[in-house]
Amino acid sequence: MDLSFVFFISSGLFLGWSLGANDAANIFGTAVGSRMLRFSTAALICSVFVVLGAVIDGAGAARTLGSLGGINQIAGAFATALAAALSVFMLVRIGLTASTTQAIVGAIVGWNFFTDSVTDTDTLLTILATWVLCPLLAGLFAVLLSKAVEVGLRRFQPHLLTQDSWTRLALIVTGAFGAYTLGANNIANVMGVFIAVSPFQDLDISSVRVSSTQQLFLLGSLAIAVGVYTYSKGVMLTVGCKLLQVSPVSAWIIVVAHSLVLFLFASQTLERQLINWGLPSIPLVPVSSTQAIVGAVIGIGLLKGGHSVNWRLVGRIGCGWVATPVVAALICTLCLFVLQNLLHLSVAKPQRYVISEAVMDQLQAQGLNTSVLQPLQDIEYSSAQTLVTSAERSLSLSNEKRQTLLHFSYLGDFFLNAHKIGNLDRQWFSQAQWQALNAIAGQRFEYRWQLEEALAVQTLAWQQKPDIPANKYFNQDLQQKLSHLYRIFES
Amino acid sequence: MNFKLPSLFSRTSKVERNIDDFFDKVVVAGLLFRQAMQLYMHQGICAEFEDKMARVEALESESDQLRREIETELYVHTLIPDLRADVMSLLEDVDVLINLFEAGLFKFHIERPQFPAATLPELSRLLETVCECVELLITSARAFFRDIQAVRDHNCKVQLLETEADKLSTALLRRIFNSELDIAHKVHLRYFVERIDELANTAEDISDRLSIYAIKRRI
Repeated sequence: MDLSFVFFISSGLFLGWSLGANDAANIFGTAVGSRMLRFSTAALICSVFVVLGAVIDGAGAARTLGSLGGINQIAGAFATALAAALSVFMLVRIGLTASTTQAIVGAIVGWNFFTDSVTDTDTLLTILATWVLCPLLAGLFAVLLSKAVEVGLRRFQPHLLTQDSWTRLALIVTGAFGAYTLGANNIANVMGVFIAVSPFQDLDISSVRVSSTQQLFLLGSLAIAVGVYTYSKGVMLTVGCKLLQVSPVSAWIIVVAHSLVLFLFASQTLERQLINWGLPSIPLVPVSSTQAIVGAVIGIGLLKGGHSVNWRLVGRIGCGWVATPVVAALICTLCLFVLQNLLHLSVAKPQRYVISEAVMDQLQAQGLNTSVLQPLQDIEYSSAQTLVTSAERSLSLSNEKRQTLLHFSYLGDFFLNAHKIGNLDRQWFSQAQWQALNAIAGQRFEYRWQLEEALAVQTLAWQQKPDIPANKYFNQDLQQKLSHLYRIFES
Repeated sequence: MNFKLPSLFSRTSKVERNIDDFFDKVVVAGLLFRQAMQLYMHQGICAEFEDKMARVEALESESDQLRREIETELYVHTLIPDLRADVMSLLEDVDVLINLFEAGLFKFHIERPQFPAATLPELSRLLETVCECVELLITSARAFFRDIQAVRDHNCKVQLLETEADKLSTALLRRIFNSELDIAHKVHLRYFVERIDELANTAEDISDRLSIYAIKRRI
């Protein structure tokens, strides 16, 4: 096995370990804190289902590569994962619940800063808005659920012991489901970037095929499981009893409220349904499960009058949330500096941005004022930031226009290798899309939009539809597929 | 409402049955106590009185056995971890009532206090009130396990009956001490009146603690 793989993957495993130590507490913290489940039982259920989720369903999430997908060099991914893991570890070490999602976001911002990449400020602002929205919604759901459960219990009047048994079962089922989802959704962040350098080979065990990606994800999920066993107890007790002493029924309500919020911000099915009904959709952004769980606990506490909530601890957790991304960004920058300048490793692929005449036409079609961009034509820019800075000297750009400029002027080498096409997940593409892909096999493109145009010429299935709510899901899906193709076929 | 439980929950059902049986025994012991006292007031110590006393004694030992079984089940299988201590205290407190029934009958059997005929109607009313108070306390304790909202209502009635019992026992004691009986006799009777009244006082103390347990049981 390549030694560099072992070195680089260590930070991914560390991030997995941190995720296990921290996020398992969100799922089982209230169950353990209310003494409905022993820590050993909770850790076992959590570990088993995290591994199952990662191996069975993790591959789907890996197509979009999660938040770390933008990082295009293994050393950069190493530094980013290490920074995120370290910042989470520091909070977990003092028994506070951290937000892994935001540690990763902070580390990516650090990478963007160091490599002169442009951070998508709209996405960043949406994520920041969820800092407030996510705990608020979770708290609201917890209060509503609590009221509903109270009415239900009054109506059916189960015996205290029957209620206890059902609550225990509900906590186990909900926790197992939560652990499965944790494994499926987060394994891409932990291991996704290492797929390209994985030394594993596909295995055929009797009639079951275990792909190299699944083996890699198994390794990552085992790291999560080790994190659960070795370090999650302290955080579980913080969530489950130090913040607020919760009853078993409340423990279950809190976990369900937290899961509902995560579902609301992550479910494409729900978004599609809302669009079909002509309702406004909810932005699909990565929200922190930690913030959801703390919001739900506070919601229950406020319902009981708020006196029993440990507000001092809430304040410390809040400070931790703000500090996590900042610390992650700083650590990431420091790591990248060390890797690049002391170990002489490349932390980001060299990027080239050139506004050719054809690009100029494309930008004009997109509504940019190209006359003021004329002085920039045919100049090669080595980073997104330098191009944006130069463009903004003569033209004020909104975030959307900035992204458009970067997307269209990015100069790469996109070669549609037939072998790589064969390795794509056939099930993800429609028949027409698949045929179009095969029809242009062997062609080479300089710009992303040229590849996009070549596909669009072949079939309507590769063409963006008018930007109306009914087409939102189709366009998003198409965008995801195109991003995947850009990443796979770029030499 | 009855839940159809899968076998996984059979242990829970067993503990539920044991708790219900335990309360049944306290209620039956109360009824037997009431009947035995009526017999004592009208016939003195008779075979039927002794039979009822023996049945209360047997119920007391069975209820102790049940309480220990429930205790073991709750702790060994970590059932209701948040309320386990409260449930155990409640059962131990209620067990005190059955002990008081048993001890009361024994004392009457051994010391055979002689209540003047004029005091018997008041003694009878005191006994009725005290027994009703204990029965209501048991209803309240049962409600703690199923209908938490009803606990408060039952406890209110327990407190009302305890006050009533206090008034009745005071009036009875006043009548005894205003009578021509010699002082040793008066003191002897006072001891028995206070013993009967203690049942209502104990029931009220338990209802106070039960109110707190009920608040803690809210989700």
